[in-house]
Amino acid sequence: MLSRVASSLYWMSRYLERVEHSARVIDVNLVLMLDQAPADADLRWHRLLRSLAVSLPESVAAEPAKIVQTLMFDRDTPQSIIAMLALARSNAREVRNQLSTEMWEQINRLYLEVSSAAIDDVWDGQTHALFRRIKEGAQLFHGITEATMRQDEGWQFVQVGRFLERAEATITLLQSYFGERNTTDLESFDGDYLDQVSLLKSRTAFEAYCQVYTADLQPDRIAGFLLLSAKFPHSVRFTVDRIQGALQTIAEQTSARKNGQIDRSAGKMRATLDYAQIDEIMAGDLLLFLGDVQRQLRQLHALLQETYFQPPIQAILAS
Amino acid sequence: MPEFETSGSTASPRPFSSYELDAAYDEMFTADGVARPHYAALYDRLLSLPTDELQRRAQAAELSFLNQGITFTVYGREQGTERIIPHDLLPRLIPGSEWAIVERGLAQRITALNLFLKDVYHDGRILAAGVVPRALIYSCRHYRREMRGLRVPHDIYVSVVGTDLVRLPDGRFAVLEDNLRVPSGVSYMLTNRQVLRHVFPRLFRNSGVRPIDHYGQALLATLRKLAPAGTSDPTIVLLTPGVYNSAYFEHTYLARQMGIELVEGRDLLVHDDVVYMRTTAGLRRVDVIYRRVDDDFIDPLVFRPDSILGVAGLFNAYRTGNVALANAIGTGIADDKALYAYVPAIIRYYLGEEPILPNVETYLLNDESQRRYVLEHLDQLVVKAVGESGGYGMLIGPHSTAEQREEFRQRIIAEPRNYIAQPTLALSRAPCFIYGQFEARHVDLRPYILFSGEAMLVPGGLTRVALERGSLVVNSSQGGGSKDTWVVDQ
Repeated sequence: MLSRVASSLYWMSRYLERVEHSARVIDVNLVLMLDQAPADADLRWHRLLRSLAVSLPESVAAEPAKIVQTLMFDRDTPQSIIAMLALARSNAREVRNQLSTEMWEQINRLYLEVSSAAIDDVWDGQTHALFRRIKEGAQLFHGITEATMRQDEGWQFVQVGRFLERAEATITLLQSYFGERNTTDLESFDGDYLDQVSLLKSRTAFEAYCQVYTADLQPDRIAGFLLLSAKFPHSVRFTVDRIQGALQTIAEQTSARKNGQIDRSAGKMRATLDYAQIDEIMAGDLLLFLGDVQRQLRQLHALLQETYFQPPIQAILAS
Repeated sequence: MPEFETSGSTASPRPFSSYELDAAYDEMFTADGVARPHYAALYDRLLSLPTDELQRRAQAAELSFLNQGITFTVYGREQGTERIIPHDLLPRLIPGSEWAIVERGLAQRITALNLFLKDVYHDGRILAAGVVPRALIYSCRHYRREMRGLRVPHDIYVSVVGTDLVRLPDGRFAVLEDNLRVPSGVSYMLTNRQVLRHVFPRLFRNSGVRPIDHYGQALLATLRKLAPAGTSDPTIVLLTPGVYNSAYFEHTYLARQMGIELVEGRDLLVHDDVVYMRTTAGLRRVDVIYRRVDDDFIDPLVFRPDSILGVAGLFNAYRTGNVALANAIGTGIADDKALYAYVPAIIRYYLGEEPILPNVETYLLNDESQRRYVLEHLDQLVVKAVGESGGYGMLIGPHSTAEQREEFRQRIIAEPRNYIAQPTLALSRAPCFIYGQFEARHVDLRPYILFSGEAMLVPGGLTRVALERGSLVVNSSQGGGSKDTWVVDQ
């Protein structure tokens, strides 16, 4: 597979995952904020931005309507849904011949739909419907990919991109919720039912959590569920499992290359999460743990870059 | 069969009420307003469909193009402005008997032009014989000195050709222009067909339309033929200038149809005169390149040094015979518009046959008497720059202003070799579905020819339409659209 193609597939998938995530997080927060006093809401808007790793100019961040408009439709804000969707689509367009017609048409249609949605939609009660179409559009894309794309190397890069982005998003989300307070004193978070629900719903985890633990929401269980669940598709452990599996397959299919380092890094991260226990993490420093996983995820990205996407020319000619 | 007056004043069938016949050849109707036999089925079907049903189908077709991303990039605006190529709902029909002539005529023409290219870059017999003036070749901007004496695989210079045909007033097809460099549009031919099959399924089934879907396979076989000897399973790639090229959709489409890798210049590198692509598993050798990048940009070491679309060292690899290119470099000499006037002579010289498809009458402006005539009749003629394509650099006399004519007069006097003139052709007209009515618009026809020692055509082509009423310019860059083209056996 061409290096450029592998890279485009990876980025297409990452951006699309992020589009879905942003749409969900904003939607969840808009709905929950309907129940809150304006003073609280202010704090929540700031957390929302932090959990998406976005910083907006003060003039925008002060006004909820502007925040939503910017996060959705401002092409000059790189983390806005429209900007990321445009990038996902342009990456797809670069590798158009590698995608099935159905995949391309889905991503193209989603892009055209969001492009043409007027901003008026946002406050006229249609917000939810649009976010829903975005989320469903992204999920449909992955379903179509599952059903129509040959599950070869390219498909594996799609998986890596999607799950790496998802893992990072979960980590950032946990950091923004738990980072606000001293983790040894969980009192305030403990009491804030709405916060806990929004955290879980931001990862589609509310119902899944209830099936395991009932609706008895506990911060350590929530953190444990989102970090370490082996079965839940948005937990960090689950995604790292998938990343490692995909990277292993890629390494086998491109056996000409030395991938020892990628293999070790992914395996180590997987082992860390497989054997970690939430009580130990909470007893220690949760934020430190999160930071460490985040660093490893980023290192993995750098390794992908130098092994597959843009290997230095000396390295290619030598092999 | 219902008839109607050419003035459109009597009780004509409603959808055709504003359809006018004039001096131009009409594809659908004879001069007395009767549908030609091969159009009869379509005509009946159109009369049986309510206009709003047609409107609905036209919209469905348009949406399908948009969703498929079948767009071209408009230059001269913000980079990356995408437009769908305007598409007309009604197919253009060509009877099998006429197609047989087109097929033989184009095969003859391409065979001769290929022999011509070989001759010009080797022995120059035709130049020595004085059939084609030497000065014409050496003054051509697309002549590539670097190709002199270089053997290309199987002596095949042009593998992929798109030739523009128009109808003469008597209905015969004539050649207007050869495109021997990187002809485009074949993807529109193929996708028009896919869409129209859904729009008119019943009509399609009953019309005996000859299939064109095997084009991708045939193109692949043509490219495979060029592979260097000894490569049993050659690696073939399509080289695109990238997403900002106006034909990018076509490049991805063809690569997918053939199942070959779509590469950009930055994906390739040349090492020890061998071309490789960079893959996740290291370097992989490339044997044949179907390049959609112009000569000028293909290798910055040999041609334009500022090109970032090409591959440094590619020409050396080509010269060594380690990689084949389709089309070969330097084929532009044979589609120079001034050389066009000599193609009938070229056919006679190499094949000893009379040309099956006539040329359009052409005035060469470095001939003094012809130039004088042209300068006196600029308001009646079409003047074209010889090296341009896409409808750029053209003067259409009858539709021009005095200022434009004066501008061309100066340009012709300054550089007569750079221009030719032709009579203004009344391109044939075909019915189009425009704002809920059928109206006549001018059309041409571009069939696609594959050449691998012998010529092969898929039965069909791209019918380009000048969608503006009265306009004679069919190029998509100038407001033209396209139609599906059916070769039908009655």
